[in-house]
Amino acid sequence: MGRRVAIVGTGHSKFGVRNDVNIAELAYEAISKAISSAGIEKKEIDLVVTGYVGGWSSEGLAPVVVMEYAGLTGKPGYRIEAACATGSAAIKTAHDAIASGEADIALVVGVEKMNESPTPTVVEFIGRAGNYFWEFENFGLTFPGYYALYATAYMGKYGATEEDLCRVAVKNHYYASMNPKAQFPRAITLEQCMKSRYIAWPLKLFDCSPITDGAAAVVLASEEVAQKLTDSPVWIESIGVSVGTSNLSKRDQFTSLNAATLAAKMAYKKAGIDPENPAKYLDVAEVHDCFTIAEILAYEDLGFAKRREGYKLIREEQTYIGGLIPVNLSGGLKAKGHPLAATGISMAVELTNQLLGKVEKGRQADIKNGRALAHNIGGTGHYAYVTIYSLSKPRA
Amino acid sequence: MSNQREQADAFLAQMDQFANMMKQSIGVPVLLDQKTGVALWWDQREIKLRFVISVEKIRKFFEALSEGKLLATKCKKSGKILFPPQVDCPDDPEDEVEWVELPKEGELVTWTVIYVKPYSFGHYNDYTVGIAKLTNGVQILAWVRETDPSKLKVGQKVKIEIVKREPEGYLTYEIVPVQE
Repeated sequence: MGRRVAIVGTGHSKFGVRNDVNIAELAYEAISKAISSAGIEKKEIDLVVTGYVGGWSSEGLAPVVVMEYAGLTGKPGYRIEAACATGSAAIKTAHDAIASGEADIALVVGVEKMNESPTPTVVEFIGRAGNYFWEFENFGLTFPGYYALYATAYMGKYGATEEDLCRVAVKNHYYASMNPKAQFPRAITLEQCMKSRYIAWPLKLFDCSPITDGAAAVVLASEEVAQKLTDSPVWIESIGVSVGTSNLSKRDQFTSLNAATLAAKMAYKKAGIDPENPAKYLDVAEVHDCFTIAEILAYEDLGFAKRREGYKLIREEQTYIGGLIPVNLSGGLKAKGHPLAATGISMAVELTNQLLGKVEKGRQADIKNGRALAHNIGGTGHYAYVTIYSLSKPRA
Repeated sequence: MSNQREQADAFLAQMDQFANMMKQSIGVPVLLDQKTGVALWWDQREIKLRFVISVEKIRKFFEALSEGKLLATKCKKSGKILFPPQVDCPDDPEDEVEWVELPKEGELVTWTVIYVKPYSFGHYNDYTVGIAKLTNGVQILAWVRETDPSKLKVGQKVKIEIVKREPEGYLTYEIVPVQE
């Protein structure tokens, strides 16, 4: 298992259309806050892991550009990519380096400037995030299209409705309205969502996460260093990872993401969480709601709801504060925004602040178990990362 | 009404026009963001992205399309059918593949209608992408010849047709709903 690893510092840029900054300036907004909140000096950092998907933005080697700007040149570093789960993959990579004894302090940053390209180009790049030759070249699937295939199958089989999907958007916009870092810090009504135009049937504009510029960063430290730096480390208790098929046609069903189910199982096992009733062990979760259907699938894949019943959880408002388990109190990808490589790290920042009781009033979860879960999906279940964060020191 | 690709091209042409005006007035292609007024550099470099992809080992698949056949590979020992076709059996390095023809009948597993299109698909009308399960259990993803979602349902009978994709004019395959 190796050494224990904790989050000791966090930073988060404002998400949105950030035409006011270039990629390095944007990354530095998160990096500078992460370093200062950790109370460390740059010279103490042993490793810099940069999450970046890119394609839509001009800098090909974002890590070196960001590291130069941030005064981190000379240190070990590299780029990590796992589509929309890049941020979680970057955290895992840094975690593993610390756990193995290779590093004591690592900076993890995820950054994306998606608005450097026009929307049809971004739609093109994300649409290619599957199997390019067999599913894009001739058939032009888009990312909303991929998840729409799941939504159609799920609704057709289980009786969920387009209203149920919109209920997820309403919840996440409601919590985003209290998050100043969110791209859309405003509430919406069910009617607004239902009346929005179709992007990929049955998904409508308000079912979809936006195209976002943003950065998030965490400083990770070994147990020994973390305990010197802070009285309130947030531990990485366990990480589960799984990869799904590239071709959607090779999947045996379209009502859940197999990779997410497997990743959750791994993460729960390592953390000693009962997979039959995980909500009992957790206070709050951030799940990958790139589309509203994805949040409903997550409820089932994570075991918050029984199979076929995920949509009932949102219908009964069980994922609001006070319900079975509050989900996406940050506003989620849906309303906070989804700068691909920053998303998993943004989840870590949010859950650290949730566990430490430091988020804005109205969207702070009740912290009783001292445990939080991040569910970060790359592509359409092409990658799945489930990470458990904890206030108490995990078992060695 | 212009298609989505023409709209995207018109947007880029407009940006070029603004940038040219700025080059004449201040000497550099720096634009002001229409919403926020911040300064943006309009990239003076443009690339075309187009790949050449090896299909040597699966060329039979493409040759068979002109004979109206849809092929897959089959692992001789395990009997497992692989689609998209591949020449290595993933479960057994000793196993070998042979080419087999896929059945053309099946049922619709799921679908979506794409309204907002990628740039390189922006010249098409709205199109439907679906997954069909063929009678031998193999699943295949393709366009579905029906763009009204109310006329499609999970589990309905479909057939596969080899069709010519226009305006490019090349052979591909399509899922076609069958009246029951």
